[in-house]
Amino acid sequence: MNGRIFLALVAGVLFGAGLTLSGMTDPTRVRAFLDLFGAWDPTLAFVMGGALLPMTVAWAIVRRRDAPIAADRFDLPEMSGINTRLVVGAGLFGVGWGVAGLCPGPAIAALALEPASAAIFVAAMLTGFALHRYAVAPRPTIQGRKRMPS
Amino acid sequence: MLPAYAMPFQGFVGGLMIGLAAALMLLGLGRIAGVSGLAARASGLSATGTPRAIAAAFVVGLPLGALILEIMGADVPARFPGMATLITGGLIVGFGTRLGSGCTSGHGVCGLARLSPRSVVATATFMATGIATVAAMNALGLGW
Repeated sequence: MNGRIFLALVAGVLFGAGLTLSGMTDPTRVRAFLDLFGAWDPTLAFVMGGALLPMTVAWAIVRRRDAPIAADRFDLPEMSGINTRLVVGAGLFGVGWGVAGLCPGPAIAALALEPASAAIFVAAMLTGFALHRYAVAPRPTIQGRKRMPS
Repeated sequence: MLPAYAMPFQGFVGGLMIGLAAALMLLGLGRIAGVSGLAARASGLSATGTPRAIAAAFVVGLPLGALILEIMGADVPARFPGMATLITGGLIVGFGTRLGSGCTSGHGVCGLARLSPRSVVATATFMATGIATVAAMNALGLGW
């Protein structure tokens, strides 16, 4: 296993452990955070706060560096260009998040906690990925620039 | 006062771990830790993005991290809805995150911390539709 793959694995493990510790792998709790007009559970706001701290520092470091530590260059998504796809896609995502109380990270992490239920959600999610990949006309890349997940 | 079922401290510490993991991906590999994009890449359902082996390693790490925490004795309730709800939610989440180029991790954590206008709009949008969906489901007696 090369160093970069190991680094990604370590990041994934830390990310998955963080999601689990913070209660995000519990769809009932996540849904309670979205239940603003009911028995609201503010836990997810603390999770967001905790996650934003290191990332704010990380972005400040990125601005001072030409390249990451273990790769040739930063490969980052565009920040501008608010379009219909972005808004409709994010809007739909929120609907699905509210329906099942799950977003992609916690759903995949929960494969280790509640395998049968999480696998159903993840299988449906992958079907959704495939629907987008094959049913929606692939967007041409801009001047050969790589499109990145953001 | 926070309700008794809230976990502010545990949530904050878990959040710090999530942020550190995302910082590791960014500063180490120059990549955004956006789970929808990495999962699509790892499963071969995205033609471009992070090298597939790196995406796969991160995605495999997620349940490993959950497992390690459970083995260490953490209390990890995972109260899931029924099959129809899981399938409906999963399909919409899968399609929507790809169309919108990100989810709670990519837009909500990485993008917000970067003050990316695209991510600010995406996060505000999915928070609003998420809250509206739960409110509507509860009003219609479809809550769980």
